[in-house]
Parts: sequence; structure tokens; C-alpha cells
Amino acid sequence: MKITVNAEPHDIPAANLCDALAQLGYSGRTVATALNGSFVSRDTRATTPIRDGDRIEVLAPRQGG
Amino acid sequence: MRLYDEEISSRLLLGTAQYPSPSILQRAIRDSGAEIVTVSLRREGADGADGFRDCIRQTGVRVLPNTAGCHTARDAITTAHMARELFSTSWIKLEVIGHADNLQPDIFGLIEAARVLSADGFSVFPYTTDDLVVGEKLIDAGCRVLMPWGAPIGSAQGLRNADALRSMRSHFADVPLIVDAGIGRPSDAAEAMEIGMDAVLTNTAVAKAGDPALMARAMAMAVEAGHIGFCADPMNRRETAVPSTPVLGLADFG
Repeated sequence: MKITVNAEPHDIPAANLCDALAQLGYSGRTVATALNGSFVSRDTRATTPIRDGDRIEVLAPRQGG
Repeated sequence: MRLYDEEISSRLLLGTAQYPSPSILQRAIRDSGAEIVTVSLRREGADGADGFRDCIRQTGVRVLPNTAGCHTARDAITTAHMARELFSTSWIKLEVIGHADNLQPDIFGLIEAARVLSADGFSVFPYTTDDLVVGEKLIDAGCRVLMPWGAPIGSAQGLRNADALRSMRSHFADVPLIVDAGIGRPSDAAEAMEIGMDAVLTNTAVAKAGDPALMARAMAMAVEAGHIGFCADPMNRRETAVPSTPVLGLADFG
């Protein structure tokens, strides 16, 4: 399945967002996620299906003003 | 000062970006005496480290996540939700940018996002202009703090329109007002506080100083001096000189 993660193309067989994060190497990391522009909470990643063409944002704490 | 029912002692809020190193950032936070620092969310690679998160945790300060870089209400709302989960706080410094060059707030998107987020339980700190009507709309939307700009972000121009900030102080007598953006020097921070602002938020002026930790200390002192000066009720300006030394008893050497 072809998806976009942080503007980078990926081709992975994930069924849901939790699987996708694990396959992309984010296991155990403190990140927040959005799918196609909408927030997906940590609790609902496993029940959020991933479809071909989906756009995923994975964000972490950074410096800010 | 009370911000969303939290008692905060320091009237200086500090941004955490652009410091030469994490250790200098930590020293600047410590020497500023700030109890609140702003942070952001950015894309994370799978090989990233949690260094920044740990760096801030070690200082023990409260974080105020921002939505910097968002140009629509929708993006800001999504970012705010991600920030609430990531930082375990309902506080959000709401930025909806309307102009790429001067980073001026899009006040229409700002009000829209403020309304949605306030209804969803967020404590919204809106980065706004010094317009009174916009301020009223933000209060109506649920904001209990306003953060008017002093000048464009990162410009170090000081208070471009001090009279407008005075009007805000007068109009929003019971609303905490935090000058956000444009502070360049300690005297700018002191001026904001002498006007009666409740606090000042600065980042670039400290981070880009030759000695950030020393500038953080200077900003803290300026903020405190300005606030005490405001509380002391400064005298009014006069158009002419008035002798300070008593005239009565002046010798006549004629």
C-alpha cells in the first residue's frame, strides 16, 4: 500500500495506523499523529484503518517561540 | 498573575527556539526565572531522539505548545490536538498566520480556531493583533488571555504601537495581556510592563543575543522593574520644566 509519511513516500502492508507506525520504526517513540489532516489519538491508532494514498503526519516535541 | 486558574509568579515567558545549544537554552531558562516556556511540534523521523523533550523536562518548567507555522484554522486545530496529547496540557498558544512576510495573525482564522478549541476544553493563548474588536471576539470565543503583538515575530522592533496596547489595557482591565513578539531589548520589555501588560513573551531577543543566559537575566529584571514601576503609579508627563529643588529659601546674591 502506497502512503505518504511526513511528505515521504512509503510502500508498506499496514492495516491500521498503529501497524504503520510500527513498520516505519516508530515503536516506543513519543509522537503524535494525524491522518489526512485530522488528529488521530494514541488510543485510536489501532482501530484507524490505512488506505492507499493516505497522508500521515508524525510529529514530536521541538523548540518553539 | 493567574493564567487559566494557574498562579504564575514570573511575568516573563520564554521561547525555546534558536539557541546555540541545549545547555545554553537550559541556562537561559534558569536565568530568566521563567515558569512557562513555549515549544512546538515538528515532523519526526523514525531515527529521531527525544533530546529536546528531556532537555525541557530537566528544567521543571511548564510548557506552552504553539501552533506556529499554521496558516489555517483547521491546521491549527489539528496541531493543538496533537500538542495536547504530546505534552499532556490543554494550554495552547494559538497562532494562525495570515501573512508569510510579517507573520501577521489571520484574525479571522484565529477567532474560528479559538472558538472550536475553547469549546473542546483547551486553554487558548491567542497570538493576536492589538485590535480591540478582535480581542473582544476572542474573549467571546472563550479566551481568558490575550497575547497582542508588539511587532512582527523575530523583528526586534520593540512596541510598534504602544498607544494601542494602552487602549487594550484600559479596555480589557481584567484580562491577562501578554505582549508576544517583537521584543528586541530589555527596555522594550520594561516599556510593555510599564504600560500595564501582565507579562511578556520573548524568544529571539534572548536566543540571538551574544550571551543568551545573560540577556535572559536582563529581560527578567526589565520585566520586574517595568511591572513594579506600573504598580508604583508613575507621574504624568509635563510639557515644561518644574524645578525639583525647592524654590522657597533660595538665596538672593543680587
